[in-house]
Amino acid sequence: MKKIFLIGWKDVLIAFRDPAALILMLAAPFLLTLGLGAVTGRVTSSASTINSIPVVLVNQDGGQIGNALVALFQSTELKDLVIPTLLTDPRIARQMVDQDKAAAAILIPAGFSLSIIPSNPPSATDSSSQVVTITLYTNPTRPTSSGVVKTIVDQFMSQVEVGRVGGEVAVGQLIASGLIQPQRAAQVGQVIGVNQAVASSVSVISIKNTTASGKAVKFDILALLAPGMALMFLMYTTSHGGRSLLTERAMGTLPRLLVTPTSITQVLGGKIFGIYLTGVLQMLILVGASTLLFKLDWGDPLGVVVLLLAAVAGAVGWGLIITALARTPGQVNAIGSAIMLTFGILGGTFINMAQFPAWFSVLTHISPNAWGVDAFNVLAQGGGLMDIANQVAALFLMGAILFTAAVLILRRRNIAQG
Amino acid sequence: MTAILTVQNLVKRYGDFTAVKGISFEIQEGEIFSLLGPNGAGKTTTISMLSTLYTPTSGDAWIDGHSVNQQPMAVRQLIGIVPQDLALYEDLTARENLTFWGQMYNLKGKDLKVRIDEVLALIGLTDKANQRVKTYSGGMKRRVNIGVGLLHHPRLLFMDEPTVGIDPQSRRAILDAVKELNRQGMTVLYTTHYMEEAQELSDRVGIIDHGQLIAMGNQVELTRQVGENDAMLLHIGEGEDVAALAATLRTLPGVIKADYTGQTITVIVPEAEELLAPAITRANEMGIKIHSVDMQEPNLESVFLALTGRALRD
Repeated sequence: MKKIFLIGWKDVLIAFRDPAALILMLAAPFLLTLGLGAVTGRVTSSASTINSIPVVLVNQDGGQIGNALVALFQSTELKDLVIPTLLTDPRIARQMVDQDKAAAAILIPAGFSLSIIPSNPPSATDSSSQVVTITLYTNPTRPTSSGVVKTIVDQFMSQVEVGRVGGEVAVGQLIASGLIQPQRAAQVGQVIGVNQAVASSVSVISIKNTTASGKAVKFDILALLAPGMALMFLMYTTSHGGRSLLTERAMGTLPRLLVTPTSITQVLGGKIFGIYLTGVLQMLILVGASTLLFKLDWGDPLGVVVLLLAAVAGAVGWGLIITALARTPGQVNAIGSAIMLTFGILGGTFINMAQFPAWFSVLTHISPNAWGVDAFNVLAQGGGLMDIANQVAALFLMGAILFTAAVLILRRRNIAQG
Repeated sequence: MTAILTVQNLVKRYGDFTAVKGISFEIQEGEIFSLLGPNGAGKTTTISMLSTLYTPTSGDAWIDGHSVNQQPMAVRQLIGIVPQDLALYEDLTARENLTFWGQMYNLKGKDLKVRIDEVLALIGLTDKANQRVKTYSGGMKRRVNIGVGLLHHPRLLFMDEPTVGIDPQSRRAILDAVKELNRQGMTVLYTTHYMEEAQELSDRVGIIDHGQLIAMGNQVELTRQVGENDAMLLHIGEGEDVAALAATLRTLPGVIKADYTGQTITVIVPEAEELLAPAITRANEMGIKIHSVDMQEPNLESVFLALTGRALRD
């Protein structure tokens, strides 16, 4: 065990003495976060949070669900987050977005409520049975703010759907038990469905945006950017660390280690421990520095530490599998850089992944970045360790599976001879 | 004397290629044994098997009674290795390197510190011990590379071509250090393709070629294998008739053989000095200018030449 620590600590010393590695491990994520923060106004303006997002709404529906959506944006729960403006002309609403006067326009077309919960049983020829969709017109220069608006609308629609299905089930049960006549089913169903949909949507959204104390949570753009950057460059650290195994083989220090009274398990364990320790130190430095310099609130400290350990485990797994599959340090560099950028994109470091379909979101979770960013966002919005249990478990599992596969491959290949 | 290393029918194959073809030999405690052979002869592969880095395809070796196949950990504690290429962490200082490698050999605490100071003194780097290795000259790095192999007082030290690519002064220092270590009682297995190094250092020499040990013994025993004849090498000027002079020299009394390669004529003769005057006289008579003359008594180079038909550096 002591030799594992000694080998790992030696690698940490070497990593932190390498100026090029230091730039990519610490300076690059820090400066990129700073730069993106400046672009979004987080660093240059006095505002320290995402709030007061200007949104325009055009409600041509006038039905209960359309009105409920408008009411949601005008509710006290969201008053710190959005500034809604109600218009009647969709063309003017779009212009406001184009002119950067609003982050997004929500266009609720006529017949929207009826298309979800019809007042009469729909017939085959009834035009009201066609789906009428809300249009969300977003401002591309405000990806984060428009992403927040989209999330609110998505959650509202999700709850509306839950309410509609709940209403249908309730009506079926009432008819079956003889409590209402079948001819009253549509009327009763509409009442139940609308009430459930509207009531639950407000409830869910208000829960998401308040803390246990009932105070509105201030959402910091840097809390969204910093984890993405840190995790992307963590992938550099772990692939660079994995590469050191092949570099040591080429430099002759690995064969030399293997002829000391040190087992191959100790050597491999030490190398892996070194990569893990380097990654943890890198993340701790980035979290600590951004907390001190940007006053960034990462959220529950225990949750942050556990998540950080889990994220490094997942990233080390990828670093090791790249090393196990590569033949030379140069190959690790090439593959590692490609994966670092791909995972950075998949993790939402550069693009708001909420705009993509749900299946793509599942695909992005092949990367530790996506799990990590998800969980860091939960923590930044006031969540605790239990709220990120799934992400933490997924990251540790990812690390364990990839670690096992990499060690099996490395042991099958003679790592001293290549 | 007792054998500290016994090698029996050691074989290493890589697919269809056999790098080491069943070599066997013994090294007695306290001696310097050199494996002499050209590049690619199998010297490094042999050392890699003996140091437990590579697993032999067949055969075995015992170091102080411990099998390299069955008891690699016990073997590793007994041996030290100085690899052909530098195997150091250049971002660490010499002291940090020695500390790390000492810990890998299970040294710790005060023993480790004392031993590091001793080794630093031995390799002459006490004053620069806290500088990173990457700031050192090539010769200084070589010395640290050797120091790492000595840290744990190995019973048997493997030195794999430690003088390749270094300046004459550093080479001299390394050869002197090997002799000093041996004087202190350390057994050394030294591989080289420099005949002079093997001659200067070794108690016994094994000549290896194409993975086979083709001759073994002390220098007297080995040179006796090719007889007691001397070689005289005449270096002739460009454009001179080398073939004609070689043919003339063959007619001189006592000359066993006179062949030429390029502008050099090699004459094999029982006593080279006795041939020098008549050879120069004949060359002058023919109007051929001799640039220089080398005379060689029987040596390991001529043994290798006699056994393989090739020079060591071919």
